[in-house]
Amino acid sequence: MSRPPGRKQDSHKISRELFVLTYGALVAQLCKDYEKDEDVNSCLDKMGYGIGIRLIDDFLAHSDVKRCRSYSETADMIAQVAFKMYLGVTPSVNCSSAAGNEFSLILDKNPLVDFVEELPVERASLCYCNLLCGVIRGALEMVHLAAEVTFLQDRLKGDAVTEIGITFLRRAEDKKAKKK
Amino acid sequence: MAIFSVYVVNKAGGLIYQLDHYAPRSDTEKTFSFPLDLVLRPRDERVVVAFGQRDGIRVGHAVLAINGAEVNGRLTADGKDLSPEVGSSGIEMLETDTFKLHCFQTLTGIKFVVLADPRQAGIDALLRKIYEIYSDFALKNPFYSLEMPIRCELFDQNLKLALEVAEKAGPFGPGS
Repeated sequence: MSRPPGRKQDSHKISRELFVLTYGALVAQLCKDYEKDEDVNSCLDKMGYGIGIRLIDDFLAHSDVKRCRSYSETADMIAQVAFKMYLGVTPSVNCSSAAGNEFSLILDKNPLVDFVEELPVERASLCYCNLLCGVIRGALEMVHLAAEVTFLQDRLKGDAVTEIGITFLRRAEDKKAKKK
Repeated sequence: MAIFSVYVVNKAGGLIYQLDHYAPRSDTEKTFSFPLDLVLRPRDERVVVAFGQRDGIRVGHAVLAINGAEVNGRLTADGKDLSPEVGSSGIEMLETDTFKLHCFQTLTGIKFVVLADPRQAGIDALLRKIYEIYSDFALKNPFYSLEMPIRCELFDQNLKLALEVAEKAGPFGPGS
């Protein structure tokens, strides 16, 4: 392909501040609507899932990447191409299991929390960026990769770094069983 | 003229979008005896009338066939045999003498099928463009449900625009 990856420059750009404020307003409203942190987290995850299942085709259409041949390639693709394309940051990837199906993305910078210092006391277990987990989960599901995506560490909760864990699950059909 | 139809097929194999884009082609058949009053010249892999308009045959018209044998401006015709390959992942292209069927399957399971004139080039780029248009105007429409028939006006408009661009570029393909 002679065309370079990445979309052409649109004539109008939307400001990053507006995006961050919109996300903040979304989380704030959910906090008003739901008392429990778990409910807010699961709502953010569901919204993210709805975004992810649509975003994956946008990603594939505009980045012109080939099929990944391993979980490790997939994790690298998410960190180095997808995060870069949509959020402008490149998390680093660690493989955290010998089986090769658990990975974590360590985010140095997270534009969504630029203006957030720390969580309020009554919202101690809120995963502020849980939308991102849903997005990754939804996107992977559309390319037939079932995965569990959660926040392992969160700077907003006092941890040293923000870490997203991706665990690839075995597919429902087992090829060995088919042969038998 | 050169792109006949576009189809979009979802993961389950259901047709979710169809566009038929035929345009009327005028054909004239005439019997000539030697010597020909027309001056013919090869152009763009076709044989075109350069001089000598008469009876509905105008300058720029291409010769399609002589005595029933198709003319393609080259000494030998392409004879592509359909040979099924073992272990293929799906149809990519089907060629007949009246049309070429191109299919592009995305990693998410959506298939884009384009039927075009065999001489039309740039269909690969057109398929990628249709994928972009689908990801923009169908998927980003919050009221469009995935896997359902596409009824988005913006998708229709932009698709037709893309087809026009591809056709205008003719045998050289768009964006070259």
